[in-house]
Amino acid sequence: MIGGRKFFVPTMLAFGFAFLYVPILSMMFYSFNYSKLVTVWDHANSPTLKWYGLLFHNGRIMGAAWLSIKIATMNACISVVLGTLAGLVLARFGRFRGRTILAAMTTAPLVMPEVITGLAMLLLFVSMEQLIGWPAGRGVTTITIAHVTFSMAYVTVIIQSRLANFDDSLEEAAMDLGARPAKVFWRITLPLIMPAIVSGWLLAFTLSWDDVVISQFVAGPSSTTLPMVIFSKVRLGVSPDVNALATIMVLIVATGVVLSAIVMQRQEKRRAREMQLAASD
Amino acid sequence: MAETRTKTPEPWLDPHAQAYIRVENVTKRFGTFVAVNNVTLKVFKGEIFCLLGGSGCGKTTLLRMLAGFEQPSSGAVYIDGQDMAGIPPYERPVNMMFQSYALFPHMSVAGNVAFGLEQEKIKREEINRRVAEILDIVKLGEYAKRKPHQLSGGQRQRVALARALVKRPKLLLLDEPLGALDRKLREHTQFELLSIQEKLGVTFVVVTHDQEEAMTLSSRVGVMNRGEIVQVGTPRQIYEFPASRFVADFIGSVNLFEGQLTEDEQDHVRVKCEELNAPVYVDHGMSAPPLALCWVAVRPEKIVLERERPASSDNWAHGTIHDIAYLGDMTVFLVKLDSGRQVRVTQANRTRKPEEQFVWDEAVYLSWDASSPVVGMG
Repeated sequence: MIGGRKFFVPTMLAFGFAFLYVPILSMMFYSFNYSKLVTVWDHANSPTLKWYGLLFHNGRIMGAAWLSIKIATMNACISVVLGTLAGLVLARFGRFRGRTILAAMTTAPLVMPEVITGLAMLLLFVSMEQLIGWPAGRGVTTITIAHVTFSMAYVTVIIQSRLANFDDSLEEAAMDLGARPAKVFWRITLPLIMPAIVSGWLLAFTLSWDDVVISQFVAGPSSTTLPMVIFSKVRLGVSPDVNALATIMVLIVATGVVLSAIVMQRQEKRRAREMQLAASD
Repeated sequence: MAETRTKTPEPWLDPHAQAYIRVENVTKRFGTFVAVNNVTLKVFKGEIFCLLGGSGCGKTTLLRMLAGFEQPSSGAVYIDGQDMAGIPPYERPVNMMFQSYALFPHMSVAGNVAFGLEQEKIKREEINRRVAEILDIVKLGEYAKRKPHQLSGGQRQRVALARALVKRPKLLLLDEPLGALDRKLREHTQFELLSIQEKLGVTFVVVTHDQEEAMTLSSRVGVMNRGEIVQVGTPRQIYEFPASRFVADFIGSVNLFEGQLTEDEQDHVRVKCEELNAPVYVDHGMSAPPLALCWVAVRPEKIVLERERPASSDNWAHGTIHDIAYLGDMTVFLVKLDSGRQVRVTQANRTRKPEEQFVWDEAVYLSWDASSPVVGMG
């Protein structure tokens, strides 16, 4: 039995990891291939950074990347503000009329199929343009708005769960010491939920960075984001520079996710240590 | 200790004294639950007033109404003659020490203590001076730069105290101030609290469920039960002259007997208790209808154990020792009376002579002084 487990567990683990990461690794691998044919390894000239070099001289791709970064940054900032407000209201304002609906509605975009969100957004923007003339055409603004609608749902959930185990008496103590509610928020609440806000920001950035479905619906002719460029290139046949591009994107996304996880985990560890200290005294 | 008590006058006995806090017919409801029910209370300047009661008795809600975190459903709270209705916590001349201490985890000890002063328009040097001064008083001067999680429980408690006192409030509210400390530290801190209170002349209102804490700290105790204040008095009054069966039972341990008034004279009453061998004779009168049912309470330490039958015809009972718990300074006996009723008796261990020790199953006589029992109705 022990011998069996010694063999069985690592094998299954290897299979699991292989299942998850072999596709990505093979894509990364082929991004260093010299040959124009994606799956034919050119022994003579590989590995090479040729496609990476070409990528940085491709104006269309670099423009799309810059646009994606701009949209993702704006989206992350707006989502964090709105998501924090929603999380605060849900966690702090007790039971008010419409709270249940608000709680359900803010988190609904988490489970809504992206195609539906995208289509609904498109219809909204078109009819708004006809009615009030804004937003004029589709582009960066519409993509950002559409991304915020689903990103803020994630941020709300993160902030709300952080506030749920927040000691209310800290805010009461600050008020008791003469701080007005706004001051209490800036000096006490905000610093203490900052780690959740940072990880919410990173998550929102990542969500926007790799979204293609919703962007597809609400983008205009002059606003092509990076995932959209990749998608359109692949439709015309896989070209090796897409491999290089995708590798860079994976690295960026992975960095974001890992950073946000580290921030959360650190915070968690510190809280656990403080609790342990408090218990041992 | 005794000295501080005699120095303190007793303003609650002076009919002309101005109360510092007046709580008038205050009721607090949460939905249909009545947390505080029609409470009227006066606390005087310089007092340490303890609200004592079990969990859910409304003591914390009452405290939170003084701090301004809750508004009374009806009634009024006056602090220093000013009606507190609608005044938010940050505008009240009151500071509170929270049960969890509520220290700001992202600020240092000095940062925590300075926070309250920063909310006023005070110069930085003045703030630093006052922070250093109060940290010296609570003996935490060298810990100023530490974060709360680097402190022990007792140190955190003192930071919380310093943070509440640095604004020089006229009134300090303390929610279970010693609850999180271990026994040794509690005793030490209790006396420290008293000396700080004396030094700064602050009025304390303390909430606690711990009677020992209430007894040692307070000038007066308000015993609460189910949202109502059932008795207010000095610790001694509450212990020796409980006004009701609840208070007698709640404070300390007590042996309660049901009985019937057989004699009710100006200078004494006599109560017949089925469970005791002899009538109970009490050397003070009460006014009650003849033959009324009543209760008699006798504290365990006021009962004397003897091997000989007492000469008096009153105030004794006979039984056998059922259980003995030796606590060092004293011994607790559970005596089974002839009626089958168990009675708790505590005896100070005054000598080490073995022949004076009582043993299991020994037949003994219980007796007490005529001034000891408390008699009450209802």
